[in-house]
Amino acid sequence: MKILTTPRMERCIGCHSCSLACARLVHKRLSWDTSGIRIRTSGGLSTGFEARNCLACNPAPCVQACPTGAYSQRKGGGVVVRKKLCIRCGECAKACPVYAIYLDPIGEPFVCIHCSRCVQYCPHDCLEMKEIAAETSAGEKEEEVQS
Amino acid sequence: MIRNYFKVLTINLTSGQSTIVEVDGRNEVAGGSGLAALLFNKFGHFAKPWDDPEQPLIFAIGPLTGYFPLMSKTVCAFKSPYHNQYAESHAGGRSALTLRFADLDAVVITGKAEKPVCILLGSRHIEIKEAHYLWGMDVFATGKYIRHMFRGAGHRSILRIGPAGEQGSPMACINADTYRHFGRLGGGAVMGVKNLKGIAIQGDATFLLPENKDYPKIFEEVHRQLTDTDMMSKYHDLGTPNNVIPLNKLRALPVRNLQQTSDPNIAGISGEKFAEVALLRNNACAGCPVGCIHIGFVRERFSEENRYLYRQVAYDHEPIFATGSMLGVLDCFRVLDIMDVVERMGLDVMSAGVALSWATEAFEKGIISEKETIIPLKFGYAEGYKEAMQHLALGTNEFYQILSKGTLVAAERYNGKDFACVLGQEMSGYATGEAFFISQALGFRHSHLDSAGYSYDQKTDEKNAAKAADFLVEDERGRVFLTSMLACLFARGVYNEELLGRCLNSVGYPDLAGSISDVSRHIQKLRWKTRFATGYDPKSVSIPKRFTEIVTWKGAIDVEYLHNLKDEYSKRIIELATNGQTLIEE
Repeated sequence: MKILTTPRMERCIGCHSCSLACARLVHKRLSWDTSGIRIRTSGGLSTGFEARNCLACNPAPCVQACPTGAYSQRKGGGVVVRKKLCIRCGECAKACPVYAIYLDPIGEPFVCIHCSRCVQYCPHDCLEMKEIAAETSAGEKEEEVQS
Repeated sequence: MIRNYFKVLTINLTSGQSTIVEVDGRNEVAGGSGLAALLFNKFGHFAKPWDDPEQPLIFAIGPLTGYFPLMSKTVCAFKSPYHNQYAESHAGGRSALTLRFADLDAVVITGKAEKPVCILLGSRHIEIKEAHYLWGMDVFATGKYIRHMFRGAGHRSILRIGPAGEQGSPMACINADTYRHFGRLGGGAVMGVKNLKGIAIQGDATFLLPENKDYPKIFEEVHRQLTDTDMMSKYHDLGTPNNVIPLNKLRALPVRNLQQTSDPNIAGISGEKFAEVALLRNNACAGCPVGCIHIGFVRERFSEENRYLYRQVAYDHEPIFATGSMLGVLDCFRVLDIMDVVERMGLDVMSAGVALSWATEAFEKGIISEKETIIPLKFGYAEGYKEAMQHLALGTNEFYQILSKGTLVAAERYNGKDFACVLGQEMSGYATGEAFFISQALGFRHSHLDSAGYSYDQKTDEKNAAKAADFLVEDERGRVFLTSMLACLFARGVYNEELLGRCLNSVGYPDLAGSISDVSRHIQKLRWKTRFATGYDPKSVSIPKRFTEIVTWKGAIDVEYLHNLKDEYSKRIIELATNGQTLIEE
């Protein structure tokens, strides 16, 4: 299993192409918020950029926090979100230690599914899919996106 | 959001009241430049002066903003303190995408706040916050405080003015997101007279994408063209300073107040030199994978011990020409030093650099002295220019107050008109010949980007004024549509009318897609008609003698051709303005 990593963020120019691609291709939206990766400055444009994205925790605190089972552990780290089960409580976002989950104004969560579609849009090769040894467990499903 | 009308936020700073207005006209004016002109006709006052509180400050984006790469610019429109006529200034940065995600096609700010204020706006909030404590602060400090005052790091744009704007200087710019500017024609002063120190735009809305198969396909096609081909490599690699060496070789680079058109030591401020020793990193406008913004650094030793501070300064061809070659400063770090002061003070770098280059020649000729300039001005003396830039921004004495109104104003007052490098406003960094000079002098924005006169000079040796004027008019028409979309003009090689039509169709503007030629002509006429209504007469524009004295790779300037072209282009502009049908009713 591969996960999205951001090893070369020092190269980031703040074009937001990754965020816009995720929103466009994965979530079918025009947005830089409803995206699994979001770019912000470290404290103004003179300070460079950082990415807010899922670090593929295993076990993931958001899975543990989710009261309805909408979040489940993904093989090798990260989460699978079944939005049909989501009640928009926002506990996932609160539990994420790195603020990787975006809640839209009605509380719908958006988090990286490690699908790699953003990677090719980065003009400076900041992003990379990295192989992680999968720890499989019973009942895991392939990633699922429902927007 | 795709809609067949314009959603416009109006903010009255006198009353503190805001409202959303639905304005018709999408299929007639498209957005951007067209929308700005339409809104000035609706909210502006042709006869009242630029600083009347009722005059609007307009920011507008286009129908494709955010939907396609490099649709990343915003038009700012206002009655200009420089010539008291309708004007446009364009900037990149983040404001275009944040306005898109604030779910607005335009913002119109009228009135005057009682005390200095900042505005915060987004898709679900609007706030006018008293900010007297920011008054007097430079551009960078202002930006830092506004970042703390308002939420939303990362997905917002911060537009602000420095001391020049507060002073009402016609050379004051509006700084957009630290490294970009609504530079020309004094937009900063328009904010200043409204007591408006900053505007923070939060882009916090999300939209569903058009549901068709064409949009994703066309997006991929455009993205590929803009990133995979060599077309944009100039901007990606050295950036616009790539022009310095070729222009110098052509003898078409303005040097020392255009006393020369090349210099043997120009390598010190070439794009290559900047990249080699001073380039710190690159930056991009939101939505642009090209990332043409080049950020250099200067470091300053501030104590006898080895203690340093460093500053980051964005550079481009135009600032390099204005504070480098024009001022005879041919060391890239010293150029960055001067640019840094210009940035902090919130001056338009081209106007300020060219104004000081005139002042330097006037000083050398003995027309003015230290009584006027406070410090001695000498080509190459960077420290002097750093100080002079501050005087120019602050209007320290009568001389600098007059100079800030425009080089020609000072030239008339002190009798140095022949060598004032003014083409409608202070010249841009191209001395390519007759077509460029006339294009900038008479053009709508008095910008080198109004139409490609500089390119025409290089591509043809023919001296047919009618043909050249036809080219300028037709090239302007194409660019007007691009600036109504609002595409970065660096992408003009990719976004031809056929592709723009497909883009518009794919997001849900089929009528606009099918009428680009007519709509662009209509916008072109509407802009000129609006400019004329505020007092413009192209026949009144003069070309100072200096422009006729230069020698380029083509030899001496052909004065007869220059004047013929001026007459021809004036005629065509007058035709556009007077025969243009407009849908606007006051």
